[in-house]
Amino acid sequence: FVTSETSSAPMMNLFMEPASEASSGPMVDLLMDPASDDLKEPPKPDINPLADIINDAPLSEVKTPVAAMTQEPPSDLFDDEPSELFAEPRQSNTAKQQQTSIFDEPDEDLFSEPLGEALKKPQNDVFKEALAPVAKDPTDIFTEEAITTLPSAVSTVSVNSKTNGVHSDEEEPDIFAEATVELSLDSPRNDRKKKEAAKPSASASAPSVSASASKPQPKTLEELIIAFHSTGDGMNAYMAYKVSTQTTLPMFRSKTFTVRRRFSDFLGLYEKLSDKHTLNGYIVPPPPEKSIMGMTKVKVGKEDNSSAEFVERRRAALERYLQRVVFHPSLLQDPDVREFLERDDMPRAHNTQALSGAGFLKMINRATDSLSKMTIKMNESDVWFEEKLQEVEAEDQQLRKLHIMVDSLVGHRKELSVNTGGFAKSVAMLGSSEDNTALSRALSQLAEVEDKMEQLHQEQAASDSFCFAELLADYIRLLGSVRASFDQRMKTWQRWQDAQNMLQKKRETEAKLLWANKPDKLQQAKDDITEWEAKVTQYERDFDRVSATVRKEVLRFEKEKARDFKKQIIKYLESLLQSQQQLIKYWEAFLPEAKAIA
Amino acid sequence: VRSCVEPQIEEDYQAVNVDLQTDATLQVDISDALSERDKVKFTVHTKSTLPNFKQNEFSVVRQHEEFIWLHDSFVENEEYAGYIIPPAPPRPDFDASREKLQKLGEGEGSMTKEEFTKMKQELEAEYLAIFKKTVAMHEVFLCRVAAHPVLRKDMNFHVFLEYNQDLSVRGKNKREKMEDFFKNVVKSADGVLVAGVKDVDDFFEHEKTFLLEYHNRVKDASSKSDRMIRSHKSAADDINRIASTLYTLGTQDSTDVCKFFLKVSELFEKTRKIEARVAADEDLKLADLLKYYLRESQAAKDLLYRRGRALVDYENANKALDKARAKNKDVLQAETSQQVCCQKFEKISESAKQELIDFKTRRVAAFRKNLVELAELELKHAKGNLQLLQSCVGVLKGDT
Repeated sequence: FVTSETSSAPMMNLFMEPASEASSGPMVDLLMDPASDDLKEPPKPDINPLADIINDAPLSEVKTPVAAMTQEPPSDLFDDEPSELFAEPRQSNTAKQQQTSIFDEPDEDLFSEPLGEALKKPQNDVFKEALAPVAKDPTDIFTEEAITTLPSAVSTVSVNSKTNGVHSDEEEPDIFAEATVELSLDSPRNDRKKKEAAKPSASASAPSVSASASKPQPKTLEELIIAFHSTGDGMNAYMAYKVSTQTTLPMFRSKTFTVRRRFSDFLGLYEKLSDKHTLNGYIVPPPPEKSIMGMTKVKVGKEDNSSAEFVERRRAALERYLQRVVFHPSLLQDPDVREFLERDDMPRAHNTQALSGAGFLKMINRATDSLSKMTIKMNESDVWFEEKLQEVEAEDQQLRKLHIMVDSLVGHRKELSVNTGGFAKSVAMLGSSEDNTALSRALSQLAEVEDKMEQLHQEQAASDSFCFAELLADYIRLLGSVRASFDQRMKTWQRWQDAQNMLQKKRETEAKLLWANKPDKLQQAKDDITEWEAKVTQYERDFDRVSATVRKEVLRFEKEKARDFKKQIIKYLESLLQSQQQLIKYWEAFLPEAKAIA
Repeated sequence: VRSCVEPQIEEDYQAVNVDLQTDATLQVDISDALSERDKVKFTVHTKSTLPNFKQNEFSVVRQHEEFIWLHDSFVENEEYAGYIIPPAPPRPDFDASREKLQKLGEGEGSMTKEEFTKMKQELEAEYLAIFKKTVAMHEVFLCRVAAHPVLRKDMNFHVFLEYNQDLSVRGKNKREKMEDFFKNVVKSADGVLVAGVKDVDDFFEHEKTFLLEYHNRVKDASSKSDRMIRSHKSAADDINRIASTLYTLGTQDSTDVCKFFLKVSELFEKTRKIEARVAADEDLKLADLLKYYLRESQAAKDLLYRRGRALVDYENANKALDKARAKNKDVLQAETSQQVCCQKFEKISESAKQELIDFKTRRVAAFRKNLVELAELELKHAKGNLQLLQSCVGVLKGDT
């Protein structure tokens, strides 16, 4: 397996989706769905007329919260211009854009129809109705009530949606109300993610708001869709993921764009973000793990359920990963994220390969890290951190246990499905050899019921796996990141302590020199002291800053986790519910047949 | 472990007790059962108005080996060659359950108190279920005998029912078991031979082919149903463990999320109880039914074999008679032996036909009863499950 790229570890390339940049293999759009394009098409004509009208709508009430929000981005995230670049236009344009965005977004995706309905009547049962045609009465939208009720309707939308879309409302603890994140795990056509940054309107006079959002919020929207392509042949093949974004955020060059990314690109993004932000205490969401077996099977072209499942699972995991990243208010500002989403041609992230030079370096760093972690004994002045860390560790343990059990359940359900299928065939055979006609017919009906049960169990196992097991896996990984931020805080504390010790030493040196009366070295000592005093102050400030960030991040994480779990588990329970309903249907159909046996 | 079985519970478990005449002249049931170390003691209770019994109502204690003895005595009795001998009940098998109980005891240290108690309860329930099943199977055997017009009059049967001392039926020792083994081998070889002989009677010819195929398919269905039900039980066990872990997660704090976990844990506890019931009911109504008809179809096959054997003997006797007549030697002997064979064959044929027709009727009725009950139970459980899920989802959604 020789690749044409210069890589330090040609063997490992096997598993790192090796392919020459100029891949000659045909791009096969595995899950390209023309319908998705169609869905987008019809709404488009409506956008422009709407946009024009919207711009006339009163925006004053929106401006202040916008300003408030743009002060949010922490300055230490960016040491380059982009922060200003995007803070400014955001301030002025966002208001306008946001109004546009509210109505852009619904038009451009699957949720436009129900959203349209929602505009007319913001009720929770919007989705129970059939998707209404997009053509809506523009005048409705621009009434004060409609504007203010829209976001709440949107959050309603997100809670009730069955059309596999994702809404995520951004939450800023100070100003913004609760939001919900919904993940879509079905076919890419239906995989969409909406990101809505909610902002309270100063004149929250919406009387008929019935959603959880207390104040209606215009939102900046962003959508992410990830689909597959596979490229190349045989072992040189790699999976290219199509990342589509829809946004109205001004910091992006256009409103919709699509790029192709490889798995290693996602890893590369994580590396970059982690390097930059973890040391400030941010919880950077981790990507899914590399899987040698899984990818190899897919590359070898094994056409079976397990590899299809693997591919889908990875795609969904990558999608959720990206969604978490863009959902994070600070990370979204990072230019690397922007580049990842926008830039057509990205350099290969070689340093994500395990046996590369960078890989080795990482391993060594990790080893020293864990070593130093063991030796740092922190004087915890704030017991909050200690308690939280304990909580995190206990939770990690439980989640791991739970994950193993859910995996076991998935296995047994798959087994049940197979065995039910076998039984169904057997009963069919028995029925055919039975000479009493009524009984024979009943037995073949039983065989059919069991056949349908096989299907049901299979679907149930998939739901167990995708809804439940994946959720747990995500959070086990995330807890790792949380721990990392705590470690980071410890490291800054250690640095501060070290600086204090150094300062002390310098002072002692000065005292000694004074006593020994060596004026020439004295100046040097005084300079040292000044230098280290500054450092101590700096590091102390750093520690406080990082502590504050960690604290904020943890709180934010917990809120997100609560939301996530609730949403996913409710979704899972609903799938169980549907199974039972199906079950009832099947057995009800069978009962008269059984009774008819004479 | 001492367990009692009350008569009414057996309703559930009489998978195949259909269409049996339960007239007042002879009623047999198992009124009690005791499970000791490695044997089960059944209390066989009889109510009868027949004159041959000393009392009208009496009970004796019997063990599994005595049932087998009774069954074998029927099989070996030439007089009953023309009947389908009710299949012997399977040996009570608590090995698997006992093993699990033992493992549980060993692993007591490694789990939390709740987990341990829960698992212990589960195992005890499983043990009880197996126990009830074996009682039911033994009872069905006795009822079938009691319902059979000829077998119910059997002397050994009456002794079995009445004699209140130990029958001193020892289990077969190694030599006898070996003998049995060889006998079986010979029998199956012979069976193949006999089956090869085409029968003049269409009815029996058809029954032969039918039974052969049916028996094989029932065997397959029976093993597949067992496998399916086992997976079902494993899945229910998993849900149980998931519920426990969710409970632990839920009790770590009193935040919203934790309350959420507690509710979900509670839900899973309940649903898995239902799932376990579903598996148990499938076991009773489907798996047991198939197992029973596996044994009965074998008994029917045995009947056909005996008839076939008698036919072959008869035909051989005819040939021998012809030869004797031709040689004019031992004619009388040949004649008598031919007569005997003829009588035997005709006797078997006559009763066999009726037996096979009854078998069909019984089978159809049993399947009907069980399939209807199976469907009804599945519906009942699914609806229960659905309701649980709906109310829980409603509560959870309302909270958010």
